[in-house]
Amino acid sequence: MAGGDGAGKGSPGRGHGTGGCVAAVELVGVEKHYGSVQAVRGVDLRIEPGEVVAFLGPNGAGKTTTMDLVLGLAAPTRGQVSVFGMPPREAVRRGLVSAVLQSGGLLKDLTVAETVAYTARLFPSGRAPEEVLERAGIAAIAGRLVGKCSGGEQQRLRFAMALLPDPKLLLLDEPTQGMDVEGRRSFWAAIRQDTAAGRTVVFATHYLEEADSYADRVVLVRRGRIVADGTAAEVKALAAGRTVRATLAEPDVATLRVLPGVDRVEVRGSTVLVHGTDSDAVARYLLTRTPAKDLEITALGLEEAFVALTGDDQEALGTGEGRRRR
Amino acid sequence: MSGSPQLPGASTASLDPQARSVPPLGGFSPGLVAIELRRLLRNRRTVIFTLVVPVLFFLLFGLNSAYATNRVGDGNESAFIMISMALYGAVLATASGGAMVSVERLQGWSRQLRITPLQPVAYIAIKMATSLALGLLAVVAVFAVGVLTHKPAMPLGTWLASGMALWLGSLLFAAFGLFVGYLLPSENVMQIIGFSLMLFSFGGGLFIPLSQFSHPLRVLATFTPLYGLNQLVHYPLVQGGFHWSWVANLVVWLVLFVAGAAWRFRKDTARV
Ligand SMILES: Nc1ncnc2c1ncn2[C@@H]1O[C@H](COP(=O)(O)OP(=O)(O)OP(=O)(O)O)[C@@H](O)[C@H]1O
Ligand SMILES: [Mg+2]
Repeated sequence: MAGGDGAGKGSPGRGHGTGGCVAAVELVGVEKHYGSVQAVRGVDLRIEPGEVVAFLGPNGAGKTTTMDLVLGLAAPTRGQVSVFGMPPREAVRRGLVSAVLQSGGLLKDLTVAETVAYTARLFPSGRAPEEVLERAGIAAIAGRLVGKCSGGEQQRLRFAMALLPDPKLLLLDEPTQGMDVEGRRSFWAAIRQDTAAGRTVVFATHYLEEADSYADRVVLVRRGRIVADGTAAEVKALAAGRTVRATLAEPDVATLRVLPGVDRVEVRGSTVLVHGTDSDAVARYLLTRTPAKDLEITALGLEEAFVALTGDDQEALGTGEGRRRR
Repeated sequence: MSGSPQLPGASTASLDPQARSVPPLGGFSPGLVAIELRRLLRNRRTVIFTLVVPVLFFLLFGLNSAYATNRVGDGNESAFIMISMALYGAVLATASGGAMVSVERLQGWSRQLRITPLQPVAYIAIKMATSLALGLLAVVAVFAVGVLTHKPAMPLGTWLASGMALWLGSLLFAAFGLFVGYLLPSENVMQIIGFSLMLFSFGGGLFIPLSQFSHPLRVLATFTPLYGLNQLVHYPLVQGGFHWSWVANLVVWLVLFVAGAAWRFRKDTARV
């Protein structure tokens, strides 16, 4: 763990002067490289106590890496990370922060109860094992070996362990992965109940719907950068509007960009795609001022908007190739 | 406001520091060792290889009727063989305990523990203590069967002295287990441990007296990791000449195993 401690040294010992209130999480100019892979490329983020924040992004966006940095599991290549004004390791040591990690983290040959008991011993002032088992809805299977539990049950066990320290900050990395619809709903119900007490929650997800229903704030990440940050409503607004598609040999991108309501212009060969809130104005311009033909107007669904925001193009998503390009 | 005692100057006003105590001893506690031991004993293979096999070896090789009458030091040859087999069991036990880290890394448990206040050194201490507990069971199993057969004979003090030496000396192999466990993140690490310890046991003279080896082989054997320990644990029984080279062998291997384990341990920050 030498790496984690080293990371702490450079971190600031107190909040960054914004009204004296210590941020739950503060990332300043954070970069993380793994060899030639740039997993995080310059992230500035401040999360206030009590916020429920969703990290939304495609595979390989850097969500897990960012969480690792906040937990002190990895040291940033550049920049500073602090949690409640302390180095991440210190916050972990005090049980201020805990997490449901994306994968692994369980021993197959312990029972559910033993796993929780083991962790509970490390948090002398944490919650009682029975209480968190109840909270996570796995009290009935306490005697079962972890290796015999279903994926959803294991996920609940991870959640139970994360609740033990009674953390001020809870990080959840794709917590409902592998759960069915009902499991997902009751899982979030449990989290909701729990965050009523003013807990800060940061969760990573691929599900726009999950981010929308449970987060106050949505941070869209793509290729190690934050591409959008706002309330769920604001992010949904990004998806509002329509796309006008037309065949046009040499579109005047600069003019298209400044048309009323236009937020994105994309050229694919001889096709131009213009996204904005006022599709009528775009259509009128294209049909009257340019030789555009085959005009089509479509409304973008939420999922498509998400893909448009978080991926350069569909092909690049999730492939190592795509991530290394440029 | 109420500044935290551990972090002078830090603005922790919004947190309640007294509700945020850090566990004593870096998280080490006997309760954790108990859970770990229960886990080890749940593994049928571990129980068979560390507790059953050494006893069987003693029953097979240590009960020849001549051994009860052949005198060795203050006792008899049966006692000598019992000590060898107890050593074999103890080192298998401690090495298994140390090698648990391999599977724990593979399953991501080490990573999970890193988001708790458990200090890395305390984690290693838990592994060591668990290893020692299993080692003690292995020694007691062989000695108990020895007593039941009425064949091994030596003064009570010798039982205790060699038992203690066996038990504490086997800690060397907890370091070995840790080293191998960190080196090889594989489910097969136990096979590798079992095979190496079998080799070391022959080299140390646990199964066949070194006097039956050819000269070059005998010289080579004195450099293997179980040689020094094996001589030392038999010393209370055999007595006679004490050789500092035994201690040197033990110390050099201890330093090597601990250094190896520490080196791999430091590298162990990668994502599982
Ligand atoms: N230890 C590592 N060594 C090398 N590359 C790594 C390592 N960890 C992460 N990466 C790379 O960093 C990038 C970001 O990965 P990360 O796991 O943070 O993405 P993510 O947003 O969590 O993705 P997913 O949604 O699939 O969980 C990926 O390209 C990944 O391959
Ligand atoms: Mg991830």
